[in-house]
Amino acid sequence: MLDGLNLTIKDKGIVAVLGPNGSGKTTLIKSILGMVIPNSGTIKLDGKSVKNSWKYRNDIDYLPQIANFPNNLTVNELIKMIKDIRAKKATDETRLIELFNMEKFLNEKLGNLSGGMKQKVNLLLTFMFDSPLVILDEPTSGLDPISHIRLKELIKAEKAKGKTILITSHIMNFVEEIADEIVFLLEGKIYFKGTISELKAKTNQPDFEHAIASILTDNYA
Amino acid sequence: MFMNNDLSKAIITFMNVIIMLVPLIGTIFGVMYYYDSKEFTELLLAQPIRRSHIFLGQYFGVALSLSMSLILGLGLPFIFYGIFKSAAIWDFVLLLVTGSFLTFIFTAIAFNIALANENKIKGFGYAILIWLFMAVIYDGLFLLTLVMFNDYPLDKFSLIASMFNPIDLSRILILLKLDISALLGYTGAVFQKFFGTSQGLIISIFVLSLWVILSTFNIFRISKKKDF
Repeated sequence: MLDGLNLTIKDKGIVAVLGPNGSGKTTLIKSILGMVIPNSGTIKLDGKSVKNSWKYRNDIDYLPQIANFPNNLTVNELIKMIKDIRAKKATDETRLIELFNMEKFLNEKLGNLSGGMKQKVNLLLTFMFDSPLVILDEPTSGLDPISHIRLKELIKAEKAKGKTILITSHIMNFVEEIADEIVFLLEGKIYFKGTISELKAKTNQPDFEHAIASILTDNYA
Repeated sequence: MFMNNDLSKAIITFMNVIIMLVPLIGTIFGVMYYYDSKEFTELLLAQPIRRSHIFLGQYFGVALSLSMSLILGLGLPFIFYGIFKSAAIWDFVLLLVTGSFLTFIFTAIAFNIALANENKIKGFGYAILIWLFMAVIYDGLFLLTLVMFNDYPLDKFSLIASMFNPIDLSRILILLKLDISALLGYTGAVFQKFFGTSQGLIISIFVLSLWVILSTFNIFRISKKKDF
């Protein structure tokens, strides 16, 4: 899926990975996590290869794109279980539960939750730990407007702590507001890497959404 | 069992059930468990856990609980019935041991199939096919070759062929332990000579263990390379 990709992400700041559906955004993220195993090439984190290693995942908070949880567990049980697995102490749990207004369904079975509620659980599990690298795959999907705003604030607060944050999203306003740098993937290759203003200059478009759209229409035609 | 007081006969009756049902339950439940816990597996894969720990943990969880239910479910009634005072105690233990082996072997085969097939229906199909092959078709083919090559000495061949099917191996092992080799007909004598000795017993247990080890190792091998 990905081919000839050479990407270096510097410490600190928010990097947005963009691209049309099926361009390899999730594959890229899953490769970093070791869920997809590359046929060739290496992925290094802090200078160490991630191949056949697993401890490095302690330093990554990952938000999967589709929140697939075991249906027969309650939210509380799941939180407890993930806390058991991670070596790190969960720090922000109660604050996040309040932030996303989750007290009501903590004892519900995950199978009975709506898509947006599941996404909140997903966010909670991700931001509960204080890891230097945060990877968010479509964090905004299914969220109501209030949660959306709070999520943006949360991401900015995490950035202020000096974390590196990798985001994929299709909502351009959201990306424009928070991203320091963007990487545009097209058919498994990097099409553009740089800041938003650089992209605007390159495509001669006054706003970000149209800049992205112009890349896509050029390549779709 | 209540119809007669002969424990050996009761054991034979149970053997027929165990030899057929245990592999079937192992394969079906193994495949079902894998597909049903897929979301859970994906959740765990993103966490700092070794891949092999996730899959081998799932496998041993299923296989151990299935064999425990076999051992407790069959063992308790027989204990109350007074198996400890009976001479058939070792035959009964052998029955439970082979039953547990079969559980481990077929659950491992099921995990192999499930890991190799994304499509649930395909996975289930292959699992049932494997069971059908081992439990029924293999015997049929075996019998067919024996009949067709009646004029040749087939002792060695049948001995080796039985090693390649854990169900057959377990069945022969128990039958011969119960001294009813006469039922096995003309190759019975060879089998008796081989399986009846303690050496035969050790070799059979070794072959069953080999089945478990190889299929478990294959789970480890496949899971290491798979993309999620």
